Formats: sequence, C-alpha cells, structure tokens
Amino acid sequence: MRHDRAGDSPLAEDVLAVEVSDLTVAYHTKPVLWDVDVTVPQGVLMAIVGPNGAGKTTLLKAILGLVPIAAGQVLIFGRPLPEMRHLVSYVPQRGSVDWDYPTTVLDVVLMGLYRRVGWIRRPGHAEREKAMEALHLVGMADFAKRQISQLSGGQQQRVFLARALVQDAKLFFMDEPFQGVDATTERAIIQILQRLRSEKKTVVVVHHDLQTVPEYFDWVTLINVRRIACGPVREVFTEQNLRAAYGGRMAFFIEQREEGC
Amino acid sequence: MSQAQLEIQVIAVLVAVACALPGVFLVLRRAAMLSDAISHSILLGIVVAYFAVRDLSSPILVLAATATGVLTVWLVEALTRTRLVRNDAATGLVFPTLFAIAVILIARYARTLHLDTDSVLLGELAFAPFHRFEVLGRDLGPVSAWVMGSILLLNVLFIGLFYKELKLATFDPEFAAAQGFAPGLLHYALMTLVSMTAVGAFDAVGSVLVVALMIAPAATALLLSHRLSVVLVLAVATAAISALIGYWVAHALDASIAGSMSTTCGAFFLATYLFAPTVGLLAQVRRRQQQRMEFALKMLAVHLAQHERHPEEAVENRPEHLVEHIRWTGDFARRVVRRALSDELVTLQSGRLFLTEKGRALASESIVQGA
Repeated sequence: MRHDRAGDSPLAEDVLAVEVSDLTVAYHTKPVLWDVDVTVPQGVLMAIVGPNGAGKTTLLKAILGLVPIAAGQVLIFGRPLPEMRHLVSYVPQRGSVDWDYPTTVLDVVLMGLYRRVGWIRRPGHAEREKAMEALHLVGMADFAKRQISQLSGGQQQRVFLARALVQDAKLFFMDEPFQGVDATTERAIIQILQRLRSEKKTVVVVHHDLQTVPEYFDWVTLINVRRIACGPVREVFTEQNLRAAYGGRMAFFIEQREEGC
Repeated sequence: MSQAQLEIQVIAVLVAVACALPGVFLVLRRAAMLSDAISHSILLGIVVAYFAVRDLSSPILVLAATATGVLTVWLVEALTRTRLVRNDAATGLVFPTLFAIAVILIARYARTLHLDTDSVLLGELAFAPFHRFEVLGRDLGPVSAWVMGSILLLNVLFIGLFYKELKLATFDPEFAAAQGFAPGLLHYALMTLVSMTAVGAFDAVGSVLVVALMIAPAATALLLSHRLSVVLVLAVATAAISALIGYWVAHALDASIAGSMSTTCGAFFLATYLFAPTVGLLAQVRRRQQQRMEFALKMLAVHLAQHERHPEEAVENRPEHLVEHIRWTGDFARRVVRRALSDELVTLQSGRLFLTEKGRALASESIVQGA
C-alpha cells in the first residue's frame, strides 16, 4: 500500500476540503454530470440535493474516483485524491452490499482500519479496541459480535458509520445515510455529524429530504445534471434555486415552507 | 488398498480442496456460474497451445488455458459493460462460443488427441496414476498429484495472505476502492486462480464437474456458518470428505469417480439444506409450528380473558366453542387446549376452561404487545 504522507503536514486552514472544477461524467454519450463546479470549505456539513437521477451519487463517486470522469478535476485539500486518501472516509449506500455476508459487526468496522494496517498484515488488538470505541459512539457496542444479517436497517447504517469514524478521517462522504432508518438512528447520525463539525471535520452528505436541510446542514449544493447552486444554506437554499433544480415538482415543498415560516 | 488406489484418493482430495477454496469467494461474489464459463473455455486455450507446441504435457498448455479463463472473465465483463446484454446473458454468449471453437478445432485438426468428448466433460481420475513424475529415473508419484498440490498451495497462499483484502473486496468493492485496495486487481487475481485450478482439475474431473466441486462445498459451508474463516474450513472439510466418500462409492458401483465425488458434494448440500440447525428446512418448519402454537396459546388466553366474568362466559369458554369462534380445526383446538393445560395457562372444570394467574398474565401481556 502506498502511504503518501502529504497530508501529515498540517493542512492550511484556508485550503478547500473539496474543489471540483468542470467535472463531466457520462455513461456512453449520455451526460450524468455536466461541467460541475463544487467547492467545500473545511469544517462544514454539506448536503448534496437534487431530484432523482440528478447525479448526486455519481458526483460523490466521481470525487472518490469510483467512476471514470470524462473531464474536469477533483482536488482534496488542494491535492489529487490518491495523495489524500488517508484523510477521506466513505459511507456507501446501505443497500450497496450483501448483508447476508458471513461476517460480524466488529469485522465490518475493522474494515475501516484495513488501509492503515496495510496490505497482507492483519488487524490486531489495538485495532479491535479502536473499532469498539467507534461502535460505542454509534450506540452499537452491544452488537459487536452479532452477525450482520441480524441487524435492522438503522443498525446497518450505524455500523457503516462506525466503519467510517474509525478511520480518523478529516473529510467524510456519506451516501443517503438517512435512507430508510428509524428515528433513533436518525438522531444518532445527526449527533455524530454535529460532533464531527465541532471537531472541524468536513462532511458531505447525499440527502434527499429537503425539509431537514436547513436544520441539519450549513452548506448545500443543488444539482440537476448541472450545478444549480453551491454555498451556505441561508444564501443558496432559496425558492428560486429549488425551482431551478426540481422544476414543477417543487410546488408542494415550497408551499409547506411558506406555511411554516 | 493398493498404491494406485491411495494415489487416486490423494489426487481426489487435492482437486476437491483446491476447487473449494476459491469457490467460496465465487459464491460470495455471486459469480458462481463464472466457474462454469471458465472451466469450459479453458479447453480452447489447451487446444490452441497444443497446436503451437505439439506436446500435451507441456506447461505452456496450463498457462495458455489459464489465460483463456481470465480472457473469458474479461470478455463477459466487457460485454456486460456495453449494457446491451446483462451479465448472465453475456456469460451465456462468451463461454459456449470459445468452447465450441475448441470442439471444432479438436474435431477438424486433432483427432489423434486423447481429448475426446467424454474426457473433456467428465475427466478420468482412474488413469491419473499412469502418468508418473520422474526425476533422474526416480519415481516421485503421479504428475497430477504434483500439479494439483502446487495449485492448492498457491490457492492457500493467496487466500491466506490476502484474506483481509479478499474479504473487504467481496463484501464491499466500492469501499475497498475508496480505501485504495484495487478490488479489480484482486478480482482478476482470484479469477486467475480459479482458471488455473479449473485447468488443473480438468484432467481429473472434466469441465462440468469442476463446477460442482467449486460451488457445492462453498454453498454447504455458507449454510452452516456465518464466519468467513469457519466457512472456508468447512468448505475444505466437506470437499475432502466428499472426495473420499465419492471414491469409495465409485469403487463399489464400478462407476465414474468424478461423478460419484460430485454427487456426494450434492448430497452433502441437500442434507445440510434439510437438517442444518437454524437455517435448515426442518428447523424452519419446526420453528414455524412452534410460533403457530405460541400464537394460538396467546389467542386462547386473550379470548378467555375477554369473556371472563361476562354473562356469555359459560358459552365462550367451552373447548368445542373454539372451533366455531376462532376458526381452528377440531384437531388443532384440542392440541392447543392440551398444551394450555400442560403449561398451566388454563384449568378445565366441568367442561369449561378457566384462566390461571399465569394465563391471565399472558393475556394482558399479549394485549399490551399488540397495542
């Protein structure tokens, strides 16, 4: 495993956590993301919102180098991703894996430390301790020895979160962490997001519940194949931008917001 | 037991175990049928390499065949990526094509080759001891034992060294990629091993039964354990025992060894499917019956509690009334009442059922749960 330690020197405080410029991703000739620019300063909780098929997950995966990009550039703390991978953590969609896989909760969390352990070497006692700490943080310590097939959806999500937390990353990407989880889990996730922010970590979340955006996040990117807006929630989470992203489908939400105000 | 018999059994166990190990990861990756594709298309590699070197025992044949197996995986994936056909259809397009080309080449240009249809499909383990490995005039045993032994060793080394990486890459390839663990590379390394194992096993058990040896022990083990390390050990054990039982069954019936081995693997799976402690069919049936009885007891308790000290109680708490009101069959109602009596949930006094304290507690607990 390559251990580029460019990120070990303290990061300049003003360097952007994520800087995406002119990003285009296409499947064959069909563009999924067109010339997208996104900047994420350090220490914010940012939501990526947009209608279904807007390319939210693709944006996340393109930043993480998981899908080929047709054009553009992605910088993580001012450097290309491969040099900064050790500072980056990823929580994929819960449904992207097979939960019948023969493994335990603790083993899944340990996977978050594989990179630090390196190729071939096995995680040891210190790593298990660390994984247990992360499970405590998400309220899943009692489930450490449990088979992952026995978990509820919310518990699965918290295990995924613990696997990301254990990495000691500075930048977190989460794909729909609130999707289909119970209220307890949603609160647990929110607490953890806020805790991460208080530790000056940066969190980017693909989110699709517009109602909770102003409450949970301080930064937002609206996309629909193209980038509609990117900035502080109170500046860019406006009716006009929402209409631009969602078109007619927004009417219901905007009425509700107005009633609530 | 003769020397030859012993040698055949050793080879059978080596083949079975070598197949079972990568088989576990194929099943976990939901790519079980890739083993089928690989085990067929390697024939093309063998034939083409044979034309090039004109020697059936050349190691070039093994390399060429392995390469064809990997090529098959790549072609299937490339075809899937076009999104014009799905993965299963791509598999069904690629390997029969390669296999068919090989069949034509054999029929047209290599009639003298010992590769006839039977040996391609089923192999023949019984002949394995005839082909000796000799160094400086000393007999070191059958060549197949050495070949399969080396392949098994490679499999053990690879899985042993990269156990953690394989586990991550099969469970969550995207997370593995985000961590910088090149899951694609691991996948192709694994597929190379699968191909090489299939090539090695080809002589012994033919192209169809390789699939049985790769998939059945893995599937059996996955029913029995939820820990990957235990699954691997169980798969190896099942494969080895199947190989030995298979050999002696073949011996007794004077039948194909490979066929008996594969049948034994299948029988192991069937037995596990039926009798496995928690996931087995019988355990499930028993559990369902138990749940049905527990629910019936709750229903009985709630029913009696609802009518307790009401005027209609005299009618409602007669056992024969249950058939009518809760729509149980007479037989089931009798069983529920008998169980309720033995569990001391109710007492039977002059043909009427009365809740005990325990029964009343169950009733109120059930109602609260339901609310």
